[in-house]
Amino acid sequence: MAYSDKVLDHYSNPRNVGTLPKDDPNVGTGVVGAPECGDVMKLQLKISDSGVVEDAKFKTFGCGSAIASSSYVTELVKGKTVDEVMSIKNTQIVQELSLPPVKIHCSVLAEDGIKAAIADWKKKRGDEAPTPVEPKVA
Amino acid sequence: MPMLSRAIYMDNNATTAVDPRVLDAMLPYFNEVFGNAASRSHGFGWQAEKAVEDAREQIARLIGTKAKDVIFTSGATESDNLAVRGVVEFYREKGNHVVTQVTEHKAILDTCRALERKGLATVTYLPVDKTGRVDPEDVRKAITDKTVLVTIMFANNEIGTVQPLAEIGQITREKGVLFHTDAVQGVGTLPIDVDAMHIDLLSLTAHKIYGPKGIGALYVRSKAPRVRLSPIIDGGGHERGMRSGTLNVPGIVGLGKACELVREGLAGEARHELQLRERLHEGLFSQLDEIYLNGHPTQRLPGNLNVSFAFVEGESLLMGLNGSVHPIIASASLPPIAVSSGSACTSATLEPSYVLKALGVGDDLAHTSIRFGVGRFNTEEEVDYVIDRVVSEVRRLRDLSPLYEMAKEGIDLKTVAWQRA
Repeated sequence: MAYSDKVLDHYSNPRNVGTLPKDDPNVGTGVVGAPECGDVMKLQLKISDSGVVEDAKFKTFGCGSAIASSSYVTELVKGKTVDEVMSIKNTQIVQELSLPPVKIHCSVLAEDGIKAAIADWKKKRGDEAPTPVEPKVA
Repeated sequence: MPMLSRAIYMDNNATTAVDPRVLDAMLPYFNEVFGNAASRSHGFGWQAEKAVEDAREQIARLIGTKAKDVIFTSGATESDNLAVRGVVEFYREKGNHVVTQVTEHKAILDTCRALERKGLATVTYLPVDKTGRVDPEDVRKAITDKTVLVTIMFANNEIGTVQPLAEIGQITREKGVLFHTDAVQGVGTLPIDVDAMHIDLLSLTAHKIYGPKGIGALYVRSKAPRVRLSPIIDGGGHERGMRSGTLNVPGIVGLGKACELVREGLAGEARHELQLRERLHEGLFSQLDEIYLNGHPTQRLPGNLNVSFAFVEGESLLMGLNGSVHPIIASASLPPIAVSSGSACTSATLEPSYVLKALGVGDDLAHTSIRFGVGRFNTEEEVDYVIDRVVSEVRRLRDLSPLYEMAKEGIDLKTVAWQRA
């Protein structure tokens, strides 16, 4: 399979790999996917009291496109408000990384990772009920 | 790290390079001796026919039989189809039951399923143990008075596990049932003798033994017992009526030469591949934790090593090893390494390897499997380079892996409530 240059770039030089303290009340952690499905993404967002994403870290088990989608998403969310981040769609990731149809599920995973991290953050703050993650059609 | 300047090919279970000696043998048969082997009226045809008969002899010698029992096909997929369909159709008045096993090549499994769908056969798919071996006693128990064929491969293409053909042959002969083996993956490195093993039909192909693609053969026993087949391709009645079509003379010459080279160098070839495989095995297992061998520890093809690198998805590892074919990673100027994976992401169906599944390997570990196939042209230097690259890529990807992190924290991944995307 031919990979796009952007996938290769993120795969070989992934941005924002790492772990944030998951007990920090400003950190939301999302873990999506399953080992037997071949991809698991952990996305952590550090969100300021004013609701802006200050930092993002990821770790991903998955194919090159899953790693690239995760890495790209950490760049995308930084500096954005929670509302802006929640409006990110997997199609943006598909477009940016030129993912082929067989790899669209990797972008869905990344979108779900964002939603799960925000839901965890909201739950910690007791702001409102966690946002359910809608199943996406790949 | 050793300095190597070219891409490393270590996927010899997929296909092999044509040996230069095979290529040299083939070349005159494209434009000098180009006759139709079926032309009986002139020297062009006679010369082509002689080349074909010499090749038949070379193949026969490798598997311990007579030249007239060898017929040419387009490859092992056709040989498997002809063996299974041909027997089922010809012996339909005797019975309609076929015995096979779950890790056979798709050329066998899909043919069996097609026959079932059409209502032409009932098929028993025997299980294998966790190393991939079928129990010969299971074969005995599966045979009924309706059984016309038992088909069990010599060695598996993914995990290299070698099946106990001699024991199975003993049973099928006792029971009076025909025995076919897809020997594609063993015939290049392991001794096989159709008489000693009571094999009645045997498929092989040139491109796995340093011959060209598009040419294969089917051994069809002509005596004790005489095996009859209904053809699947009708035409001019070539190959004793079992496989019509003008013979691919250059391909046949190549297959014959490839078989001759295998036969002359069998012991050395096996030793060479085994030594490299053991070096690779030792190099990987001494440096990495949480890696698992798939298949049988000893009863396997000398050149095959199939390993699951837990917490590292197979396709991402392949991507790292392919490295420098991609312009962006090329800056590292590392020769790419060609291997393959049982990961779903490398298959069209997005399903992980059915072979690993049959062994009871979980989908999580199947996704992390890599198949290394060392062959005639690999060197120690290449193996050492592959070890270094794999170890460093696995470590890099594990640093990226949330699963590795969780496992190191002592979390049992089996107990986690995963949220499936």
